[in-house]
Amino acid sequence: MALPQAKIDATDARLAGMDLPQGGWPAECRADALARVQAMGLPGRRDEYWKYTNPETLISAEVPQAALFDPQEPAMFDGVDRLKIVFVDGVFDADRSDDLSGEHLTIDRLADVANLDLHWAKDAYGTLEAKGQSPVQRPLAALNTAFATDGVLIHVTGAVSKPVNLIYEHSAVNSDAILHHVVKLEAGASLTILENGPAAARFNKVLEAFVADGAALNHIRTQGRDHERRAVTHMFAELGAESTFKTFTLTANGVLTRNECIVWLNGDEGVAHVAGACVGDGDFHHDDTVFITHDAVNCESRQVFKKVLRNGATGVFQGKILVKPDAQKTDGYQISQSLLLDDDSQFLAKPELEIYADDVACSHGSTSGAIDEEALYYLRSRGVPQGEATDLLTLAFLGEAVDEIEDRDLGEMIVERLQGWLTRHRR
Amino acid sequence: MLEIKNLHVKLEEEDKQILKGVDLTVEAGKVHAIMGPNGSGKSTLSYVLSGKDGYEVTEGAASLDGEDILDMEPEERAAAGLFLAFQYPVEIPGVGNMTFLRTAVNAQRKARGEEEMSAAEFLKVVRERAKTLKIDADMLKRPVNVGFSGGEKKRNEILQMAMLEPKMCILDETDSGLDVDAMKLVSEGVNALRSEGRAFLVITHYQRLLDHIKPDVVHIMANGRIVKTGGPELALEVEQNGYADILAEAV
Ligand SMILES: Nc1ncnc2c1ncn2[C@@H]1O[C@H](COP(=O)(O)OP(=O)(O)OP(=O)(O)O)[C@@H](O)[C@H]1O
Ligand SMILES: [Mg+2]
Repeated sequence: MALPQAKIDATDARLAGMDLPQGGWPAECRADALARVQAMGLPGRRDEYWKYTNPETLISAEVPQAALFDPQEPAMFDGVDRLKIVFVDGVFDADRSDDLSGEHLTIDRLADVANLDLHWAKDAYGTLEAKGQSPVQRPLAALNTAFATDGVLIHVTGAVSKPVNLIYEHSAVNSDAILHHVVKLEAGASLTILENGPAAARFNKVLEAFVADGAALNHIRTQGRDHERRAVTHMFAELGAESTFKTFTLTANGVLTRNECIVWLNGDEGVAHVAGACVGDGDFHHDDTVFITHDAVNCESRQVFKKVLRNGATGVFQGKILVKPDAQKTDGYQISQSLLLDDDSQFLAKPELEIYADDVACSHGSTSGAIDEEALYYLRSRGVPQGEATDLLTLAFLGEAVDEIEDRDLGEMIVERLQGWLTRHRR
Repeated sequence: MLEIKNLHVKLEEEDKQILKGVDLTVEAGKVHAIMGPNGSGKSTLSYVLSGKDGYEVTEGAASLDGEDILDMEPEERAAAGLFLAFQYPVEIPGVGNMTFLRTAVNAQRKARGEEEMSAAEFLKVVRERAKTLKIDADMLKRPVNVGFSGGEKKRNEILQMAMLEPKMCILDETDSGLDVDAMKLVSEGVNALRSEGRAFLVITHYQRLLDHIKPDVVHIMANGRIVKTGGPELALEVEQNGYADILAEAV
């Protein structure tokens, strides 16, 4: 089918200013990805998958500026014993990063690998992104595969005790960063990845995760407090038998964020938990788009998303569970809820189930609500001031998503951040 | 301590007058009881005193230790020492009972310019007071009132009262839903708090509670007014004969 002219023009306009990084084995992957972008065209307002989120500023040739913001609090995972990898506006900062090595772990930079014969990465880079183009197109992820300037390729062969922390800083008002990470966990291996920071004025990030049989990948991310930043991220995860993948994202502020998470449960008894908590005030648009495919027996998937919106903020949730004909005994759960702190804010949700197996248990629910006035009065009648009482109820609302974080210390750090945000944003 | 004068209250949303001139004075150190038929306005009075939304005071005044409370926010009234044990305690999913209690205690202390209670001290005190009310550790950990039985909710109200140590305690049908043993526990909890500087206003339908918590004064409320005031014998009279005679007399 021919693309509409407007889409072709918009895509050409974006591509005109971009250079395909050259050299080595990635060149072929990049060329293929570019061909995918050209065949699909970049997303536009008319695309069904972008019905609730306007992609215009994510694809524009010119980067919308984002002022720098001093958060006046320590960076997110300071204090955690971790392996730090720092990118400033998408550029690797060797001085502030740790040595890229560890037990059961090899880490290479995408920018360096052109001349390395990295077999595993060759067969991995861009493949999940390519696979993820069906049944729904994700052109911005293909754009990323083609043009990513850097990223890390992480190969895990055993249980890694220290988390790998990808730290993204934003220092130029018009930075446009594209990073692509690939992580491969061999059978029985385990790793925790932490990500934090605003990254750039505009950030396009892809993370492809291969989780082999019996392996476990934990992922906790916080998306920074910059008010004007924009981000589109894709996380693709392919799970083997008895493996687990658990991801949690905290988003606070940012004019536009679209987080897509695409998971394939390909081996029996796999477990995938995808959760997110977001808090937005004013000019804030946050979109969680999730697609989970059950393609094996006895797998479990959970999607838990909670959004607190105020002062005209918008939250979007598009979540799908696809159960293939042979995926019997699937246990699928999906919930998306918003707490609207005023009448100006809105939550747009499109929960979907598509089930082709007969012996499955799937449930989904989506709600929008206001603060419970009875509970608020009860708290106030006990002497808790209105602001504090509202925060307490708001944190309670977010609790179900935050509880998805297994590590209690990390969970508490997230709660502290939320608490801080709520206090700063009190009326 | 609590002085209510000619209090008239209507619903904010509707043109419905509920309190039609309540006069009531409760002195420090005393226990007053209010009895009265269903729908006479007892809970409304307690809500209006504690600052619930949805009511409009059209006439009259209410003060606590000489301070007008009707213009205060609910949290300010609480910090000033007013406490209402709810007829229907509210469930708050996601907020742990312990967190709730501690937040409340410290919020009040802060409002009064006092130092906050340390986590360790709080834990010690709450455990001790919960124990006397037979509230176990599990109930302290669970979300506020969620899944609590009717009687557990009422005991939880008294625990809050014991932790907050208010000077004016209003108990709205705290006895309803309590089994005989729980009634004793709750009454003992209340009696333990009785002191010179503290007063109670106990709303109840039954003499039984008043056997345990001996009132100094009993009021009968009907149709939005206090229609009769007397000693403890008034409650016995209600128990035996119902309200018919008293109401007929009042008209
Ligand atoms: N929000 C409201 N909307 C409509 N009617 C109300 C409202 N609040 C109170 N009322 C009415 O006001 C009257 C007094 O109610 P209230 O709950 O104060 O009575 P009560 O004396 O506590 O009764 P009970 O002994 O049954 O607890 C009742 O007729 C009740 O229906
Ligand atoms: Mg009542």
